[in-house]
Amino acid sequence: MRNAFASEVTALADKDERLVLLMGDIGNKLFDNFKKKHPERLFNCGVAEANMTGVAAGLALAGLRPITYTIAPFNTTRCLEQIRVDVCYHALPVVIVGVGGGLSYANLGGTHQSCEDIAFLRMLPGMTVVCPGDAVELRCALRAAVAHDGPVYLRIGKKGEPVVHKSEPDFKLGRALVVRPGKDVALLSTGNMLPEAVGAAERLAAAGVSAEVVSFHTVKPLDEAYLAQAFARFTRVATVEEHSVSGGLGGAVAEWLADHSAKARLIRIGTPDAFLHEAGEQEDARRRFGLTAEAIALRLVEK
Amino acid sequence: MTKSTTAAPDVKELELLARRIRGKILEMSYRAQTPHLASQLSPVDILVAAYWGALSIDPKRPDDPERDRFIFSKGHAVPALYATLALRGFFPEAELERFNEAGGRLSEHGFPGCAPGVELATGSLGHGLPVGIGLALGARLLGRKSRSYVLMSDGEVEEGSVWEAAMFAPARKLETVAAIVDFNRWQATGRSTEIMALEPLADKFKAFGWSAHSVNGHDIGALVGLLRNVPDGSGKPVAIIANTVKGKGVSFMEDDNNWHYRTPNADELAKALGELGLK
Repeated sequence: MRNAFASEVTALADKDERLVLLMGDIGNKLFDNFKKKHPERLFNCGVAEANMTGVAAGLALAGLRPITYTIAPFNTTRCLEQIRVDVCYHALPVVIVGVGGGLSYANLGGTHQSCEDIAFLRMLPGMTVVCPGDAVELRCALRAAVAHDGPVYLRIGKKGEPVVHKSEPDFKLGRALVVRPGKDVALLSTGNMLPEAVGAAERLAAAGVSAEVVSFHTVKPLDEAYLAQAFARFTRVATVEEHSVSGGLGGAVAEWLADHSAKARLIRIGTPDAFLHEAGEQEDARRRFGLTAEAIALRLVEK
Repeated sequence: MTKSTTAAPDVKELELLARRIRGKILEMSYRAQTPHLASQLSPVDILVAAYWGALSIDPKRPDDPERDRFIFSKGHAVPALYATLALRGFFPEAELERFNEAGGRLSEHGFPGCAPGVELATGSLGHGLPVGIGLALGARLLGRKSRSYVLMSDGEVEEGSVWEAAMFAPARKLETVAAIVDFNRWQATGRSTEIMALEPLADKFKAFGWSAHSVNGHDIGALVGLLRNVPDGSGKPVAIIANTVKGKGVSFMEDDNNWHYRTPNADELAKALGELGLK
């Protein structure tokens, strides 16, 4: 996803002179093309995320469209107060990009994993939270985020994730995308879990269960229209995310459900209330937490 | 970048304005029974020097994109800014009488867009300098003349974000930023120079790549000179360590940290206004 981000942000900067990219000492070669074309609008802000976020707020106050980019936990929880006060309190159009959301950088340990960021940022007034499902969605999401007149958190993966969308979908912030229609159960996936959700639906189909797969890319604001009809149509609705089952998409849907009567049961699939204390890659961490296509499918056929 | 082009103001007139602003601050604290009074009295001469002597601003056009930005980062002292803006003509002085009224727009810490001339909502410390730097960087990208002046408290520079910003601006040769420290040597619960190793403060900014100056923070003429001289030709951002007295202007409040939280009673208000020649 990060290569798609680099390519799309450069294309956007070609068209929009207000776009300024701030990075926190990562993406060494990633932004070479941006740097070549727009050197005056790329700032390596060093290992200083609080300052980077405040500077972005100042740029936005001056009328520019800043994007901050670094590894998800450092661009969210590290500088949460700057996001809250400088960006959200002032309702500024700053796009905060967290690369390596969830368990993308599982191999780098708990410091680099990010399974709480959606919860923290979703609580901030005026914040939009978007987790694109693949590189195609990311390009759409980035364009929408830059055009949006307020703060946006864009939570992306790393590189080499499977691409689900064959072509660009009709993407709107706050509107869930049905990737695969189904009749029995629904899998609402946010972010880079989308390919696993599709894989789970394939397994469920083989077991005679028709699963609808939805890229629920925008966690805030929730697509309440989709939720209303999904909880009426299906017997089970599962949220799927590389994020704690508390506070993320599952948490947001549970809050919605508390205020609505529904036929379907909610199943929240995500990470537990625990840090990971073992080595391994993203796939290993996903296996540990039951976030593989197989494990997800099993949760949906359980009684 | 253009510097302040208007003629240097009459210092005697500015000193009178400073006394009037101190009077407004005392009245607001008395009426609303709000704290941080002494923290509001120490930066008044800096505010007067900036708003009457250095800033390129027009109270009739508070949103002019070319204006200089004054970020009042020590948000707990924002009544001092309210009084300054009112006397400078950004909004009617009568509004100060409604300070801190429920549902009103002048609260103990300013909120975004609360009043014309309030550039940033502050209250949590250490936010103003990064934002001011972003504004100056934005102005440079957009080919505007705007400079950023950021007023901080000495307790505030204990925040790590200040030093992140202090490393960033010189690396960008951002000479249109001025960081002003209201160095009154007190923070909420004690001597700022003892709670943290603040000193040598000007040398710290120098070491971080700033053009740093130490000045008597109540010498309006000297402050005007420094504030007008931004950028100062060094190619570096400018740090002004303004040595001030907390509670300045009222003998029984000066350098007495009880007035960080205390509010005056009617007798104390009358006595203070008398000392300022405002009876």
